[in-house]
Amino acid sequence: MDFTRTHFELFGLPTAYALDRDKLDASYRELQNTVHPDRFAAQSEAEQRVAMQWATQANEAYQTLKHPVDRGVYLLKLHGIDALDATDTRMAPAFLMQQMAWREAIDEARDARSAEALDMLMSELRQAHKAIEARLGVLLDADKDYEGAREAVRQLRFMDKLIAEVGDVYEEIED
Amino acid sequence: MALLQISEPGMSTAPHQHRLAIGIDLGTTNSLVATVRSGLAVVLDDMAGHSLLPSVVRYHADGRVEVGYPAQAAQNADPRNTIVSAKRFMGRGLSDIDDASALPYRFVDAPGMVQLSTAAGVKSPVEVSAAILKTLRDRAEVALGGELVGVVITVPAYFDDAQRQATKDAAQLAGLNVLRLLNEPTAAAIAYGLDNASEGIYAVYDLGGGTFDISILKLSKGVFEVLATNGDSALGGDDFDQRIFCWMVEQGRFQPLSPGDMRLLLTKARDAKEALTDHTEARVTVMLSTGEMLDATLTQADFNAMTAGLVSKTLAPTRKALRDAGLAVEDVKGVVMVGGSTRMPCVRQAVADYFHQTPLTNLDPDKVVALGAAMQADILAGNRAGDDWLLLDVIPLSLGLETMGGLTEKVIPRNTTIPTARAQDFTTFKDGQTAMSVHVLQGERELAVDCRSLARFELRGIPPMVAGAARIRVTFQVDADGLLSVSAREQSTGVEASVQVKPSYGLGDEEITRMLKDAFTHAKDDMRARALNEQVVDAQGLIAATRAALAEDGELLSADEAAAVEAGIAALEALLAGSDHLAIKRGIEALNAATTEFAQRRMDRNVRRAMAGQKLETFG
Repeated sequence: MDFTRTHFELFGLPTAYALDRDKLDASYRELQNTVHPDRFAAQSEAEQRVAMQWATQANEAYQTLKHPVDRGVYLLKLHGIDALDATDTRMAPAFLMQQMAWREAIDEARDARSAEALDMLMSELRQAHKAIEARLGVLLDADKDYEGAREAVRQLRFMDKLIAEVGDVYEEIED
Repeated sequence: MALLQISEPGMSTAPHQHRLAIGIDLGTTNSLVATVRSGLAVVLDDMAGHSLLPSVVRYHADGRVEVGYPAQAAQNADPRNTIVSAKRFMGRGLSDIDDASALPYRFVDAPGMVQLSTAAGVKSPVEVSAAILKTLRDRAEVALGGELVGVVITVPAYFDDAQRQATKDAAQLAGLNVLRLLNEPTAAAIAYGLDNASEGIYAVYDLGGGTFDISILKLSKGVFEVLATNGDSALGGDDFDQRIFCWMVEQGRFQPLSPGDMRLLLTKARDAKEALTDHTEARVTVMLSTGEMLDATLTQADFNAMTAGLVSKTLAPTRKALRDAGLAVEDVKGVVMVGGSTRMPCVRQAVADYFHQTPLTNLDPDKVVALGAAMQADILAGNRAGDDWLLLDVIPLSLGLETMGGLTEKVIPRNTTIPTARAQDFTTFKDGQTAMSVHVLQGERELAVDCRSLARFELRGIPPMVAGAARIRVTFQVDADGLLSVSAREQSTGVEASVQVKPSYGLGDEEITRMLKDAFTHAKDDMRARALNEQVVDAQGLIAATRAALAEDGELLSADEAAAVEAGIAALEALLAGSDHLAIKRGIEALNAATTEFAQRRMDRNVRRAMAGQKLETFG
């Protein structure tokens, strides 16, 4: 199995943050149709093992490219930058202030046990997420500003955590 | 050597020959077997014309084992030796079974999995399940008139690794070659989706006798992609019976019950529940062995009120699954109802209310899972030309490790598409530490004690270093059956340890051997003959597949490499002339090892071809 291929090359996609999602989905389907262990269930153990390795790789590549944060982290890694370096915690103060405000809003919705408040918060968070994704695309593809991109990726991770927390609160107030 | 005359070497993979494969729905209450005949999936009936096999096994003191209707008929008379709903105990410890005291069995708290003491000795739930599988295997072999190539067995999507492993162990015990463990809702989706040529987002709501699953799938161009799954592996029709049971005990002001009376009341409870599917009230009359009596009427309204909590317990996982899939109720194009318990009007109503649409019930909810499993078995056995449908399923529960302070560190999150692999690096926390214990967990909770413990193992021989200097990489691999294996490796020295995750909840190989011996004490088969037969069939299949591969892609090998593969084939063929099943097994392993590089090159070529075609389609 050729491990030198990047995830982008595996699916025949350009190495860029901007993503043709339909093309990715179609390539993924085609690849899994070829390599999935279900295609080799009646074959030898050697072939089944190879199929499992390939299908595992296809899933890993697909999930990485599909996910906005993982795709950013992966692209930065291809450029030799570790976006998840735990020693670097710089973050724009305005972003941190906004984070605190959102966190308070989550607490308020929890205390009020209000699904409506959570709905509103969730759509606001998703919008903010989308905006950062768009900025990340420009930083990576047009500006080649990898330091800036690194901060955007970290911001997206913060957003993901907030969105997950809102999910947890939904569960809390539903139980 | 009559066994060798079944087929000439090479015959078994001839393209024109239909390979016999079956799908089994191993249910809590009832089990079924189905197959694809002339392109059509059909459920196979027993001699008396029954499709369903009650998942009931009765053990007699003389070692006889009864399965199905005769066992079910004896459950009131002989409750302790007649095991119903054994699926609920698969891969479970005694402490996991909430209502153990309300069940008529003599449980034995064994490490890993609970066991049951019967007149024929202590039985594992795996043995009980194997007896059911064996009955269905016999039924299929009679109906199809030949030896089975393999089987697809369905499991609840929400089954964890221990429960899946236990199911696979049961199949092995029943002498079945498992082509795949398939999630029940996914099997149902195949049967429905292919019937209706559906596209879009579908929810499969599967309420069986003892388990509840909800799966959200995307159907697109022949691909069934599970986006999220959730459920409750201890919630089902049995719990509804239990509510009626409690109501009867209360109404009749009964004294503590004998096992027989307990079983009698549970049977009456189930009758009442089923009567309420088509009627607004059900009359319940019972006479206990003590002479105590009950004659009362249960209305549908009362029943709905006493089970409303159970119905709403299915909606919480449903909401979670939709949220995990990142979807809203409006995105769901159709809701498929699966499992006998979805016949209850209160369940149908609740699902309709939640999804704002009438759920789909046009396929028999008892049969749809077995039919889907048979269709998948047909594909996996190689009876169809590869380009049909493809399933992409997920793991239902996160897999992780215990870290410092008893916390859970997730390695593979729930709803990750399988097969999948993930590695995580850890380090030592003491100077000179030479061993590290690895505790593998499954579940969503933060504390390790709240998750299911799948396995513990130790990586030893780490060279002494200062704390934090060692780099230990723990790798999780989940295969297409959803089964996990874990390995650990110290990166700088290459010290390695790995487990097939079996120790805590699955069965060890010795235990399987013991059960096989038990099973054959009372059967006509000879264990050795069977083991030989299995190896011979495997070896013949492997030789035929390797020859076909050489004919197709032989030019991918150099002359020397091809000669090495040919030598492996010749060596295995020589072993087939003898009757040493262990030698044949080793020969199979050797040939597999000799063809790994070949398999890789073949796959590379296939991928190149497929992706080249893909590019032409997209850009052309």
